[in-house]
Order: sequence, then C-alpha cells, then structure tokens
Amino acid sequence: MSYPDKIKNIYLTQLAEIKHAGIFKEERFIHSSQSADIEVEFPSGSDLKKVINMCANNYLGLSSHPEVIRAAHEGLDTRGYGMSSVRFICGTQDIHKELERRVTEFLGTEDTILFPSCMDANAGVFEAILTSEDIMISDRLVHASIIDGMRLCSAQHDTFKHSSMEHLEEKLLLHADKRLKLVITDGVFSMDGDTAKLDEMVKLCEKYDAMLLVDDSHASGFIGKTGRGTHEFCNVFGKIDVITTTFGKALGGASGGCVSGRKEIVEMCRQKARPYLFSNTIAPVIVSGVLKVFDILSASTERRDKLEKNAAYWRKGLTEAGFLLKEGNTPIVPVMLFNAKLSQDFSRDLFNEGIYAIGFFFPVVPNGQARIRTQISAGHEIHHLDKALGAFIKVGKKYGILGLTKDQIIEKYGL
Amino acid sequence: MTLNEMKDLVLKYVIKEYIDDDDVTITYETPLISSGYVDSFSMVSLLVFLENKFKIKIPPSKATPEAFDSVNSIVALVNQYLK
Repeated sequence: MSYPDKIKNIYLTQLAEIKHAGIFKEERFIHSSQSADIEVEFPSGSDLKKVINMCANNYLGLSSHPEVIRAAHEGLDTRGYGMSSVRFICGTQDIHKELERRVTEFLGTEDTILFPSCMDANAGVFEAILTSEDIMISDRLVHASIIDGMRLCSAQHDTFKHSSMEHLEEKLLLHADKRLKLVITDGVFSMDGDTAKLDEMVKLCEKYDAMLLVDDSHASGFIGKTGRGTHEFCNVFGKIDVITTTFGKALGGASGGCVSGRKEIVEMCRQKARPYLFSNTIAPVIVSGVLKVFDILSASTERRDKLEKNAAYWRKGLTEAGFLLKEGNTPIVPVMLFNAKLSQDFSRDLFNEGIYAIGFFFPVVPNGQARIRTQISAGHEIHHLDKALGAFIKVGKKYGILGLTKDQIIEKYGL
Repeated sequence: MTLNEMKDLVLKYVIKEYIDDDDVTITYETPLISSGYVDSFSMVSLLVFLENKFKIKIPPSKATPEAFDSVNSIVALVNQYLK
C-alpha cells in the first residue's frame, strides 16, 4: 500500500481543475421520501428546506406509492433481502422470471433479461450480440450509457445527426457491406425531451436489413396511449428488435433494467453479457415492487393520462410567460438559457424560491445550450405547478429574459 | 491538388457532416474533437471519406482523436500517406 503526496496531488490537481471548469458536482441531501414535496439539506449542514421537486425521473409518481411499498415489504418477507449469487449459479428466483415475463408482455417483445441497471444492460448488450464484422450506427445524442456500451464492443461505430433520417440512410448505405448493422437511438432523449422517429427508423431498417435498438428509459410506463413506450407512440409496437429500459425512473424509481426483444438476442445476452454474468441481478425486494408497478399500470392509464395533462399545463404556462423551451411533447421540458453561468444562477434562485430544478451545461449538453431541465410527474398537483411557475416567472424577470429570443438572451449574457 | 485545396475539401466535409449549428464557425485550426464539435465515434465516416477521396489507406492506429482534431492535423495525416 502506498499513497504518497505525489499520488495524492495528482488527484487534488484534477479535482481543482474540475472545480475551476465549473462542473464540480455536489449532492443535495433529501431527508424525505421521493415525491413532489421534499425536504432538502443544501448546502451540507444547513437547515432543511421544503421544496417542490421539478427534476426527478419519478414520471408516474410511483416512487413512494403505498401499494408499491407494501409489495416491496411482502417481497422482503417472503423472498429475503439478497441472493448472494449471480443469476446462472443460484441467483434466480421465481419472481425474477415472473418479472421478465411481465416486461415482455408489457413491451410487446419476445423475451426479456433483467440487469442490475439499464446502465448495465447497455454496457452488456452490444458486445454480446455484435462482433468486429458488424457496425453500430447511433444517433449523436444517445445516452452516455449507450456510448460506454459501444466502447466495450469490438464492432465498428458511426453516428448520424440527431433525428436526421436522411443522414441515417446515408450511413446505412455507407456501411451496407457489414455483416450486421445495428441502428441505436434513445426513444425519448433525456436532455431535449424530444421523441425518436421510430416509425421512419423501422422503415429504413427494414429497407437496409438493419436491426433497431431503442433505449426507452425515459418513456417506458407513460409514452404512448397505454404507456408502453415510444414504439407504441410511433405505431411500431412489436417491430423493435431490442429495447433497453430501466425500472429506476417511471417504473417505481428504485433500480434495475433490462434488455427486451428478439428471443435469440436475449439468449445471447444470457450467455455472453458480462454485467449479467458477473453481477447479482435485481434484489427480490425491488423485483416485488416493480411487479406491483406493472399491476398498477395494467389496471389503469390514469397516472400516465394525468402526467400528460400536467406536462401540457406546465409547457403552456412557461410558454405564455415568455420562456424559450425545447420543442417536444414529453414530461421533459427544458427551459433554454444558453449561458452556463446563467443556468447555475437561475437554478440557485429557484431553490431559494422553494423550487428544485437543476441547470445543465457543457459537457452534459452541447456548448452554448445551457438550460434548466424540468421534469413533470403525475405526483404533481396543479398547485405545485402554479407555485413553480410563479417562481420561474419571478426569477425570469430578475434576469430580464422573459419574451426574449435566443439571440437576445445570448446578446445579454453571452454563450 | 494544393495544400489549401485539400484543406478546403476537408473543411467542407467536416461542416456538412458534423456541424448543425449555423452560429458555429469552423476554421482550419478549430479543435474539432477536444472542443466537442465532433465526437470520437463519428470519426469512422471521416476516415472513410479521406480514404475514398485521396485513394489512401490510413492504419487504424494512426486514426486517433489527436490526429483528427483539426483540419490542419487531418490534412497533415493525409499527406503522410499520399504517394
């Protein structure tokens, strides 16, 4: 063991550089369960502050739902706390298979394999199903976990301009000689809140003999008229070769993810995906909770319907107040500020007004595209949204940005 | 083809292929990858373009993010493989 100052200083220098670049991340401690109303300790050591949460992925408001909590308790009592094994040794319970069956049914696929997280699903799937003879062609705005997964895969990779079907077609032609072609996209893009053109992508993939993989983490449970996801919204239900998704957002919000799709592809993951082979799967308590989530979603579309109404109300309110938003029709509503410092100042002032919403800037979003990303939940009531809107307007007036165009905001604050 | 004609050709391709924002100005010196305009995953199409256009073969070990980080460095790399 050796950790002399020489080594320590390397890390201290790197951390100082991160701070200097303004991208040092600090956690805010929540002292309550996850919901629309939370109690937050921030900065560390300060008194608790009651705020409205406008930045959780708790789209359906199920993170602290009493029936989900009760089901999790029952799972803990009947199936225990941990498995102490990976799936293929002695880490598979009946409820793991039951959850895989329920996910398959919900997503309209052929089979499903659970992973500890969707990050792990994306880390494992590409290397399991592709070789160096193949090509991965991804949208340029796919999630970081997909990028990491592609890096772990020996297949070649290329990209197409965000949502540009013409550019995708060019790339499919360019790589026509490859053994397998896999087109990769998010269903709903997490930073912009827009939706992939899956209907057009399915047609192109059929035309050029390519497979299509969709990460639907920001869609499963609420996008589409019965909440099945982006493929339902785009009328291509049953036509997606591979869907990866998470239980860590709308579907209970705890953790866990999966690869769902063609039977052979799922079987290849079961044989070769390293996060599946070398890590315990989802704990029984969480599996039990997610099963209850599917019961709730199968019984009624009430929650996704309320979410849709809330998101429309929020988007309309911000637009009428004079904010610039990214176009979209999902519960992810980015308020564009363009300047990185302005996004941080705006977020801090919102917090002081009792609204918890985070500013994002480069490298999380492209340079000059800083924003406050708001995320709406079925757990929000109209009074939450009205209070949040009041705070946004107050802070927006303080910075004099209401009604301004992109160019005017950039002229005022720079990029 | 002169050096400047080569640079113009590569610059034109880079702008068409990678730059979506009309506000962005790209020059021969602009850092492409390190400044985030081009992600390293997108380099394969640039590599295919260079190999087809200049009838050369660039070894994968030489097609690094550093070598592809500006129009100037790309053209310098191409020149190493032109007969």
